[in-house]
Amino acid sequence: MSAIESRGYSHPEVLVSTDWVAEHLNDPQVRIIESDEDPLLYATGHIPGAVEVDWTRDLNDPVRRDYLGREGLEALMRRHGISRDTTVVLYGDRNNWWATYAYWVFQLFGHDKAKIMDGGRLKWSNEGRPLTRDVPSYPASDYKAPERDDHRIRAFRDEVLQHVEKKRGPLVDVRSPAEYTGERLHMPEYPNEGALRGGHIPGAANIPWARAVNTDDGTFKTADELRAIYQGEAKVQTDDDVVVYCRIGERSSHTWFVLTHLLGYKKVRNYDGSWTEWGNLVGVPIER
Amino acid sequence: MPEAPAKLARTLETLKSVSDRGERIQLLIDIADRFREVPPQIARRPFPEENRVPACESEAYVWGEARPDGALDYHFAVENPQGISAKALAVLLGDTLSGAPPEQVAAVPQDIVYEVFGNELSMGKSMGLMGMVSMVANLARKQLAARGGTAVSS
Repeated sequence: MSAIESRGYSHPEVLVSTDWVAEHLNDPQVRIIESDEDPLLYATGHIPGAVEVDWTRDLNDPVRRDYLGREGLEALMRRHGISRDTTVVLYGDRNNWWATYAYWVFQLFGHDKAKIMDGGRLKWSNEGRPLTRDVPSYPASDYKAPERDDHRIRAFRDEVLQHVEKKRGPLVDVRSPAEYTGERLHMPEYPNEGALRGGHIPGAANIPWARAVNTDDGTFKTADELRAIYQGEAKVQTDDDVVVYCRIGERSSHTWFVLTHLLGYKKVRNYDGSWTEWGNLVGVPIER
Repeated sequence: MPEAPAKLARTLETLKSVSDRGERIQLLIDIADRFREVPPQIARRPFPEENRVPACESEAYVWGEARPDGALDYHFAVENPQGISAKALAVLLGDTLSGAPPEQVAAVPQDIVYEVFGNELSMGKSMGLMGMVSMVANLARKQLAARGGTAVSS
């Protein structure tokens, strides 16, 4: 894959290469964070010095369906010795699916010194770079976070309903075609998707999230290739008010990252209630 | 309601006794290290879609091979090289359910994945793992329905 700087992204600084990470393993201003879908993966070996942020345990409120609040984020960052000036570099399995989710949650608190390692865990591993089972420990920091600010990059159900009814802008459903059409809920032997109804939010285009990455090495596609998908196929333009969603907001955080940072869209919000909320709501419109 | 297969019950008891998360993870990694892919006499790539576990992001596949006594041996493939949890569950299911009476296997509930991995699984991950359990139980159901047939295709 070509160098990140040559791919035409609007904000190439949000991505770093595996080479860059290898050169900053001992940089005290950098904290490398692994965030995976598979809860066993970090323990099998991780980038030397990397700490683990587990989406389920670390980023969610343990009782309510919501993300952690200011105090929770402060405790997490302090535990890993991260300050507001620390550059966090996130990487993980599944083409950085969960890494971009953690990145998105960090942005709810404005921690903008954050980057994603292009290609994620698989690229690092396939390049034969070192992995260790040693779990690092860092002196606690005194991280101070602002209150969580949801309004910029997060959408809630009533806002999405208004978005649809007032035709305020496009929606992108990043689930698989079978989920988008509702076919999955009707197929025998398939587990329930956590929703009573199948289908998609009216008007949503279907661009599965993983189309943004190259299948051979997990790196992001070039800006031209991404524009061909999102602007050419989905007809979603840079100045649109865009809402992205999936099942619980995790896959759509990946698409949020692509549209916001790689293509420079001005207003993209992630509807993390997503299909597990919309597909269970009484009376909302659904398309199949 | 049939009894739980004895080997499975013992394994779940063992896992239950490991309360430390780190120890449990290490135990599951050790189990995953014993993963052996479906033998070529049972299936070769490209694996049939009918053997693919629904909703499993690790691209897991399951097969049943009938024994003369009507019980099944369960075989697995996991195409995602980073699908460690799927491999651990495949080893666990293969070890504890192969040879067990199909009526017992058919009644194994999906939510044993929480007894194995704890409650901290993401929704997508738990659905994929529960899909593996469900697929094994379905194979046992089909075997029962076949009333002594020798071949189980999915």
